[in-house]
Amino acid sequence: MSVLRMREALRDAMAEEMRRDESVYVMGEDVGVFQGAFKVTEGLLDEFGEKRVRDTPISENTIVGVGVGSAMGGLRPIVELMTVNFSLLAFDQIINHAAAIPYMFNGHARVPIVIRMPGGGGHQLGPTHSHSFEAMFLQIPGLLVACPSTPADGKGLLKASIRDDNPVIFIEHETLYGARGDVADDGDQILKFGEAAIRREGTDVTIIGILRMAHIAEQAAKTLAHEHGVEAELIDPRTLRPLDLDTILESVRKTNRLVVVEEGWPHGGVGANIAALVQEQAFDHLDAPIQRVTGADVPMPYSKRLEQSAIPHAEHIVSAALATTEGAT
Amino acid sequence: MKTATKDGAASGARPLPDRDTCLELLETMALIRRFEEEAGRQYQRAKAGGFLHLASGEEATIVGTTSVMRPEDYLIGTYRTHGHAIARGTDPKNVMAELFGREDGTSRGRGGSMHIFDRERRFMGGYGIVGGNLPLAAGLGLSCDYTDSDEVTVCMFGDGASNTGNFGETMNLAALWSLPVVFILENNLYGMGTAVERHSAVTDFSKKAEGLGVPGVRADGMDVLAMRETVTEHLRIAREDRKPTLVEAFTYRYRGHSAADPEVYRTKEEVEEWRRKDPIEAFADRLEAEGVLTNGEREAIRERVDTQVREAVEFADASPEPSLDSLYDNLYVVGDQVPGWYAVDERAPQPFRGEHERERLEGEAKKLAEAGAAYAGQAAQTGHREGEEAAARDEDAAFDERGEGEPDEDAPDPGAGGPESEDGAG
Repeated sequence: MSVLRMREALRDAMAEEMRRDESVYVMGEDVGVFQGAFKVTEGLLDEFGEKRVRDTPISENTIVGVGVGSAMGGLRPIVELMTVNFSLLAFDQIINHAAAIPYMFNGHARVPIVIRMPGGGGHQLGPTHSHSFEAMFLQIPGLLVACPSTPADGKGLLKASIRDDNPVIFIEHETLYGARGDVADDGDQILKFGEAAIRREGTDVTIIGILRMAHIAEQAAKTLAHEHGVEAELIDPRTLRPLDLDTILESVRKTNRLVVVEEGWPHGGVGANIAALVQEQAFDHLDAPIQRVTGADVPMPYSKRLEQSAIPHAEHIVSAALATTEGAT
Repeated sequence: MKTATKDGAASGARPLPDRDTCLELLETMALIRRFEEEAGRQYQRAKAGGFLHLASGEEATIVGTTSVMRPEDYLIGTYRTHGHAIARGTDPKNVMAELFGREDGTSRGRGGSMHIFDRERRFMGGYGIVGGNLPLAAGLGLSCDYTDSDEVTVCMFGDGASNTGNFGETMNLAALWSLPVVFILENNLYGMGTAVERHSAVTDFSKKAEGLGVPGVRADGMDVLAMRETVTEHLRIAREDRKPTLVEAFTYRYRGHSAADPEVYRTKEEVEEWRRKDPIEAFADRLEAEGVLTNGEREAIRERVDTQVREAVEFADASPEPSLDSLYDNLYVVGDQVPGWYAVDERAPQPFRGEHERERLEGEAKKLAEAGAAYAGQAAQTGHREGEEAAARDEDAAFDERGEGEPDEDAPDPGAGGPESEDGAG
């Protein structure tokens, strides 16, 4: 066991898989000489050289498309997009091509590509560099969607993504790159998609948080326990597609209450999706309407004060959880 | 009429290849023409659905290119690629079955006319998004370069695609990375219904990528021998010199952009004028004139391709519809991470929508949803069971609870993961 930062864990995942499999390569804007805008690819160019760590022009759609084409030709590309906002420039290749090709060619073509991208707010990067698009990606059949919140999950899921034959959207959170955590030294520690982590056991309310919100939910759970006597069960889904609905349902059947926390927008969000699934399958187990805690329904503002007000905080999660338990005996 | 200046000399100036090659070129072009005519007919009969883009008139561009490629070279095209697949050796039966949306189609009815695919023959697909195949071609080229193979990727696309961002991006990247790709721009003078002069500021497409590092030439796309000569040289440049190039092939489609095209943008006379230099008839005439082809053989080819296409229709007609339980097949590669599609599609088999959904939507939840304010702490709505009294909640609390949202001092390792330089995030 070592204590690593998220960015180091992700880098190790890539480096280990590149050592293991010659067909794995990394490309993206400034991933080589610059070592990555967030330094996630630090050291890779030195170890693997320009053939396997490729700086690209600023051409998002084409970068992803080249990745898709090379995957069809037998390689296993890891494409880094500098932020999730820039992925919008590549939506054609992600949705019309990467996600559709295996299906529309009846499995005769495979697209084993990993598209990594950092998102989320908190650094005053304003309305074009701070968004959370998990919900957009999770909607797309053909994609897998990972959103790790800890270094161990980051490493285990990234290795799984690289080895898998499906196109994977791998969402990282900008403010978690420096977060530290225990990471197994065993290089073959591979996580499975569709297996949620229960971060805290509780009996009164289930709280689901993704990415940075998994951590904020932990703070909220402490407050709920210490100040309100409410024991929250915390679930980090870790992957949104596939989603570990079984673990969520099992928890809801126990607590009868659910709060879903995300940084993204409310309409058609992760919470909206999970709420729909849970009410379809565990309606009679719910003692209160499912609460969603989301980012504000605005482009992310620049001003620190406004930005912070647009991002969910522990206090919001606490009040949402209390709203579900209100009147409970 | 719109005319094209051509780099190549007239077809008569080129020596004919050997007899077998000549006959094969002629027969492949004739097969494509006959196939396209029949596809149009079957579309009228509603056997084929969706959109149908026919390549009648463009046969010399297609066959001139594919006939000089190696079997292991990649070909990637557009939504007008029935002929490209057939020229690569795909059985017309399977192409027709795909048009019919049947089980024996090249994509088992998942792709349709615009998305023919034949991995075995390295036909890496037709693509419905204009310009979408350009980066894929560069990627295929990269995979060859990466593995030190000398396979070349041929990317065929239309004049309209040269206006997409993908064109500029891909040309730059292909040149920057010295990728072994031959880009063949099939200039049929119209991007859908918009003439080249009306859609492109630069109408000499051979020059359009020069500033991005990809030099180009013009070729007579109505002359199968001219195409062979030009593409042969450009395949060599890609294979040996490891450089991407562009070939602008002047060609013409006799039929509309798709089957649903009233063709108000061009005159009948223009179409007739191009038909007079028909690539198939002109080549057959020459073969006859030079004694390579007898009149009887010309007729025999016509009959053979006619039979082949009729059989393709019969085959497609007899092929079963895809079974409904195959709907999710090949959406994912099933393996460690995806045990089956059901692991990803989480809908309940019989979603319970609730008897009183309508009433609930009349309330506060609807107002909040419309305001885009599905946020924390709003008052809960009615309970989920009819007749069960929900606890009275203060609806006004919805926004009061939200607070000003001061910075969260306890955020994990705040700021530690930030951009590490001023321009760090782009």
